[in-house]
Amino acid sequence: MNIFVCIKQVPDTEASLSVEGGCKVRESGLKWVVSPYDEYALEAAVQLKEKTAGSTVTAITLGPARADGVLRTALAMGVSAAVHVESEADLDHQTIARCLAAAIKTCGEPDIILTGKQAIDGDAGVLPLFLGEVMNIPAANGVIALEVADGVALAEREIEGGARERMELNLPCVIGATKGLNTPRYPSIMGIMKAKKVEVKKFTPGELQVDVPEPVLKVETLSAPEEKAPGRIIEGEPADAVRELVRLLRDEAKVL
Amino acid sequence: MSITAVLLEVKNGTIKKASREALALAMNGPGQVAAVTFAAEAADLAATLPGVATLYHVTGAGDVYQPDVHAATLEALIKEKGITTLLAAHSGRSRDLFPRVAARLGAALVTDCVAINLEEMCAVKPVYAGKLLARMRAAAPVNLFTLRPNVYPAELPAGSGNPELVAVTAADVPVRSRVKEVVAGEAGKIDLTEAAVIVSGGRAMKNKENFALLQELAVVMNAGVGASRAAVDAEFAEYAMQVGQTGKVVNPKLYVACGISGAIQHFVGMKTSKVIVAINKDPEAPIFKKADYGIVGDLFEIVPLLKAELEQTLNG
Repeated sequence: MNIFVCIKQVPDTEASLSVEGGCKVRESGLKWVVSPYDEYALEAAVQLKEKTAGSTVTAITLGPARADGVLRTALAMGVSAAVHVESEADLDHQTIARCLAAAIKTCGEPDIILTGKQAIDGDAGVLPLFLGEVMNIPAANGVIALEVADGVALAEREIEGGARERMELNLPCVIGATKGLNTPRYPSIMGIMKAKKVEVKKFTPGELQVDVPEPVLKVETLSAPEEKAPGRIIEGEPADAVRELVRLLRDEAKVL
Repeated sequence: MSITAVLLEVKNGTIKKASREALALAMNGPGQVAAVTFAAEAADLAATLPGVATLYHVTGAGDVYQPDVHAATLEALIKEKGITTLLAAHSGRSRDLFPRVAARLGAALVTDCVAINLEEMCAVKPVYAGKLLARMRAAAPVNLFTLRPNVYPAELPAGSGNPELVAVTAADVPVRSRVKEVVAGEAGKIDLTEAAVIVSGGRAMKNKENFALLQELAVVMNAGVGASRAAVDAEFAEYAMQVGQTGKVVNPKLYVACGISGAIQHFVGMKTSKVIVAINKDPEAPIFKKADYGIVGDLFEIVPLLKAELEQTLNG
């Protein structure tokens, strides 16, 4: 199988963030990681490769020079090759999807493309579906169980209120992974050593023949939300404190 | 002229509250307002929508959501009717449908907005799980937005005349993916992203069985039950219940955190709750700095007391 996994470099989930220049996240001192949902996609991709003899997994990322780091992690987890689409620009979802689609095509016809259900920086949660539409192939997002056999993918998605949807997709298809799909492995020491020796293929959008129009969506400002004033601790014996809490919820906060 | 269309989701014969919120926002904006529904009860709904110019009723799409058919139908409707803005509640359905439609149209899409200005085509959206707010401008010929539930009042402005009901036939397109089955969740379970009240448990719940304690409290409060990542990773609760940066972002009017320390990754998932209550044994737990009201104590003692007190207050 010709397997692809699209991953993004994001600030660590524990990071405190600040803004510079009105619309950018201050990058100095940030620790960068693979976006958590992309780790499930990576694990699923590597498992598929291990199950199907003669398969390859290519990891693709789009981003500035520093984004190379996530490809090293992916290689250490067991992917076979890596492609970096280098761009410093802010691109809209359509252009990102077109860049990824073009990068995939440089490595042949895909059988399946995996990615995380959303990157935890922009939090849009739209890329897997944009990629499917741009490539004109089926896509499912928020996938918690996946089986691939006989030219189809069986995907289970969590929908609302704990309900699940079972979906059958013709291959090739795009799968947006979420937590629950698997337990991502840690890169092995040997994997890390091997990863250092692999050459990452690099392209610019222009080299992929992708034109970059003015984005249809632009971040005008980025700001920190207002912090809540600290609340109060209700003292006293448990029964009294609970009674006072209920009174406050009803009379002061008016939420009961 | 600009035409804003709102996708209405229907549950148990009525328009979902979150959809009414999106419709109210559209009706307070510029231009003409239309509504779109795939629900069979469209004719009955029309009577509840004075002030809406047109209600597009899609027929023949089947009872089960099929992404290819639904996306192609909306795409065609937007093109044919000259719709310039498409709005919906941020829901499981719009999360799946809107990106597909936007990609087909080359439209701009902003998901999970906490504010939308339709005159300026600007929206405010939490990013980095709400650690920051982005003000985004959508500049495509057609722009799509999904509105986070519970941020905009669902009161529809007064209007006269019922909408014109226009039947739209679902697109006949080759289907590349098929929804085979929808497995219902537990009956009566409240969807966390739309819940008005949430009771949540952390690692201090100690095991899966103890979550029954929160379920009981939730029944009294008509609440959804959530969990911290620590509780989900320890397998006390399923992932569908996880609140936080790598789980659900929730926005209830009341959030009761039981035995949750309040790590940033959890906090960002629930910080826009109108009122946060923390119950924790550890007086140093960071959650107390973020909560409106806190009780330092053992949740296994406090939660049953709270349930009893609320039963009395709410029924008395």
